[in-house]
Parts: sequence; structure tokens; C-alpha cells
Amino acid sequence: MLRFLLCKITNNHINKDINYKIMLFFVNLKRINIILNIWLMIWNESYECMGREEMREVQNKRLRTTVEHVYHNSPFYRAKMQELGITPMDIETIEDIVKLPFTVKTDLRDQYPFGLFSVPMSEIVRLHASSGTTGKPIVAGYTRKDLSIWSEVLARTFAAGGCTRNDIFQIAYGYGLFTGGLGAHYGAENLGASVIPISAGNTEKQIQLMTDFGSTALCCTPSYALHIAEVIKDMGVRDKLKLKVGFFGAEPWTEEMRNELEKSMGIKAYDIFGLTEIIGPGVSYDCTEQHGMHINEDHFFPEIIDPKTLKPCAPGEIGELVFTTITKEGMPVLRYRTKDLTKLIYEPCPCGRTSVRMHKIMGRSDDMLIIRGVNVFPSQIESVLMEFGETAPHYHLYVDRVNNTDTFDVHVEVRPENFTDDMSAMLNLRKRIEARIQSVIGIHANIKLVEPRSIERSTGKAQRVTDKRKLYKNE
Amino acid sequence: MNEPLIIKQLSIFLENKTGRLTELTQLLGKEGINLYAFSMSESSDFGIMRVVLSDPITTQKLLDKHGFTVTLCDIVCLYVPNKPGALSEALLILSEHNMAVDYMYAFAMDEIARVVIRVNDVHRCVEILQNSNLKFVEVNDMYYF
Repeated sequence: MLRFLLCKITNNHINKDINYKIMLFFVNLKRINIILNIWLMIWNESYECMGREEMREVQNKRLRTTVEHVYHNSPFYRAKMQELGITPMDIETIEDIVKLPFTVKTDLRDQYPFGLFSVPMSEIVRLHASSGTTGKPIVAGYTRKDLSIWSEVLARTFAAGGCTRNDIFQIAYGYGLFTGGLGAHYGAENLGASVIPISAGNTEKQIQLMTDFGSTALCCTPSYALHIAEVIKDMGVRDKLKLKVGFFGAEPWTEEMRNELEKSMGIKAYDIFGLTEIIGPGVSYDCTEQHGMHINEDHFFPEIIDPKTLKPCAPGEIGELVFTTITKEGMPVLRYRTKDLTKLIYEPCPCGRTSVRMHKIMGRSDDMLIIRGVNVFPSQIESVLMEFGETAPHYHLYVDRVNNTDTFDVHVEVRPENFTDDMSAMLNLRKRIEARIQSVIGIHANIKLVEPRSIERSTGKAQRVTDKRKLYKNE
Repeated sequence: MNEPLIIKQLSIFLENKTGRLTELTQLLGKEGINLYAFSMSESSDFGIMRVVLSDPITTQKLLDKHGFTVTLCDIVCLYVPNKPGALSEALLILSEHNMAVDYMYAFAMDEIARVVIRVNDVHRCVEILQNSNLKFVEVNDMYYF
């Protein structure tokens, strides 16, 4: 708006002096605005604080463009839409989103590697991929514009946590195919902060640089942050740290963990939510209120659906979170079912942002577990156990968190006919199973051999998991 | 040929769970089964209880029925004088014949100790020891055990 006025005035050559004065006035206004923004810690006020009606208009328009784009450029989505008998003509407003097909994880996997890209490869400038513990990884392709959107939403995230160009960011997410490292890296650069691209691991070196370089912001997974906090304590260097804020994401964490991190490191700990399928970290972010994460709705449109009926839930109701990207070019995704359960908070936030907030993830609508940052499906464990003839297909997984580290115990019944008097053979069986699980899913599980028929049998759907971590808390 | 010298031992898989051993011994007691000797070997989460008792075959069936995981295996049992150096004599014979012992258990109070020995090849073990002047506990002796 300002720029528009400015152009209009400068194009008008009636009185250059007045013109100059008016320009100066607007420039000053803009300057004050920037100062105010920093004070309010809002990176992109025009979008983050946009009126609801105006936002709706933006979403209407962007959804239409996206649907048009995928219909004409993605054979996958065109086929899906044709199956449902719809064309881009059917999508006029954001409410029409319910007519669109859902996308699920297996769709992305089936389209491995580039099947969901909606632009030619020459337009793709970056590739990322999920860890792919259940087989093929999910690949995400970004155009130049997609990357700029990503840096934009992360700059909003960091600004919302009170960071500015004067901060020093230590990026301790893993760099590489994982979206965490490079995502946060370019986001912090976009903010104008100084970035230390240290990646994950080598904790003592991390802390050394943290003290020497005077890092003020830390980006990593919350579980790694807890580990860093412990090592800081062991090294007794807390007083030397300048750390004031942490942005933690890529796995669910609780309010208790937040308190623990804030206390042990003397920082404010903010949650970042994101998925590789959507863009990576930065889909939604905490503000200083720490009460629900603001969704970047002008880029990612959220819905909450009932995972059973797939119908939209009433506002404020808990259900499965679904995202549609409405600005991405490289790999737009329609109605992606995250399988994460949460609810949306529509009440205006005291921070001044008008965007809708999502509650911390409250659970999963599938049985996926995240253990030490790795996605684990009970079915993977089952298939490993089935490979071993010596154990029965009866098992139970116990997940807990002890001293801030996830523990993972697998109880499995021995088969009576395979029981032997030889202790070392039995211990060896346990060792072999542990090694196999480690190689299949990438994390260590404690195998506990239990007596036949000691694991509870169920007549309905077997209850095979006990997760004592209470990662998901309902209010 | 050496059958009377080979004794059946029951090995029972036990989860490391409070009360599991009590359950087992209660059951055996109720069924009138007497234990002559036993040993427990344990790992962090399970144990193997090895028992010599009055009627191994019936007991195996009984325990099976009650949900225990049981296997039978052959052992030999020797009388060893309860005096210094006696055991080493017996073991020396085995080691001279290159026979490795998997595990043993024993207890001595009176003149004579009884030692349970588990080796890989029980038949060979019996042959070797028969040529010495050591005495075996025979299956028929079990009631005097």
C-alpha cells in the first residue's frame, strides 16, 4: 500500500519539493514501522497480522493458483482429481478445499523419487529427503521460490522468538538431506543473523564454540538440546554462555521438557513444527506467548479432520491435522494427512499475530512412534521378530524416557520348542535380534525374552505399545 | 548301555519376575514332586532353572500344561569325597580327555558330595569316568539321593 502511494506520488511531477518531503515522510514512517516491528518481533506484519477476511482472500486466490498448477503439471494430482470428477473450475474459494483429494505418506513413497514434482527438474534447485525408515524415503524438491518461502517462514519463526540480525545462530540440526539443518540455516541468514553451521553432534565442540563465539540462539532437536544442557552442566560453563533462546523441533516434546530446557540453559525454548512433505521446519512456530504455534497460513492451509470419517471437525475440535501448500511450486501437496492429532486455536493471540494457532501435537492417528528422533512403526519390529524362528509373533513395545533419553524395550516370547538349556545360546539370540533391529530401523532396542503366553492376548486389535513418555498432553 | 548312569535334568525358562519362582515351587510341591538339586543361572531379564527331581518326564508334562517353558537334558552325577582335592581329581580326568564342562553344581555337607556335571557329550563323559574309580549316582539311586 505504502509503496503504491509512493509510486503514485513520484510519478506525479507537479512539485518535486513537496514530492520529496512526502517521500521523506513515508520513509520515516517506514523506519518507525521497522523499529516497531522489531519491538513487536514480527517479521512480516502485513501477512502475520493480516485481517481474517483479507487472509481468506489471499488463501482463495493462492489455492486456485495451486490447484490450477498441479492439475496441469502433476499427472499424479490430475489423475486423482479426475477420479473425483473435479477440475480447477470447481475450486473457487478456500471452502472448496474439501472437494480436493487427500494425499498420504504412501502416495509420496509410491511416487519416489520425483513423481510428485510439478515443475521440470531444471526448475528444481534443491532436494531433501526424509529418513525413510519404512522403506523408500520421501523426496522433496524446491524451486528457487520455494526456498525463498522457506527462508521467509523461518525468519518469521526466529523473529517471533525475539531474534534479530544481531543474534548469533548455532544450527545444531543435522545438515544434509534432513530439512532441519539447511532450513534453519537459510532462515537465520534471511533474518540477517550470523550463522554457525555446526550441524549435530560433537557436543563438547558445540559448547566450546557456543562460549567462544557467544551464540545467542540454538537450533536443534529438543532431545539433543537436553543432551547439550547436560554437557554444559558437566563442563560447568553455563555462566560463560550468552544463549538466550532455542528453537527446537523435528520431534514432539512436552511442556515439562520446555521448562527443563529453559531452566537448565537459562533460555526461552520455542517449538517449531514442520514436515519434509510440506516444506520442512517452519510450517508453524511459537511466539513469545508460547501458547500454540502460529501457522503460516498464507503458505500452508490447515484443516482438522476426523481420521475415521475424513470429514472436517468443528472449529477447536481435536482431529488429524491436514495441510495444503498454497504457494509451493516444486512439490505442491494437496490435503496432506500428517497423522498428527491436534486442534486449531482461532482466538486472537495477545502477541498481535492474527494467524491461526495449532496446539502442541496431542498424539498420532496411526501407530507411529518417534523414538530418539527416529520414526518407528511397530510393524517393522514385528517383521524383524518374524525373521527369527526362535521367537513367537507375540511382542510388546515399551517406550519411556529416563534421564531425558528415550528407552526402547521390546518384550518377545520365546517359543517353547526353541528354548535351550544353553544360556549363551539364549543370550546370543537376544543379541542377534538387537543387532537386526538396529540395522533395520537404526536405533537400539533392549530385547527382553519373556515366557510363552505371558504377553497379554487380545481378541480385538492387539495393544502392542506402551508409551510412558507422555509426550502428548491434552489440556 | 550307560542309560542308568545318565540322569535327566529339567531346565526351566523363567522370566525375571517377582513371584515366578514361588509359583513354580508351589506347583511342584502341590503335585508331590521332590527336588534333589537345582541351580539358577540368570541374565538381566530371564533365568534358567536347572532341576534334578524325582520324576522328570511327568514333571515336564505337568509344567508344560501350566505354561512353563521346559526342556530335558542329560547330565551325569558323581559321588565325590568331601575332602580337599577330590574334585580336582575328577576334573583332571575330564580335561585329560579334552572334555569341556558346560556347567556344574554341587553341595557337600557329609562324607560325600554329589556333583552334577553337564557336558556336551554325556555318553563319552560316562565312558571316560567309568574307567576311573569315581562312582556315579544312578537313576535308581535317585530316591536315596
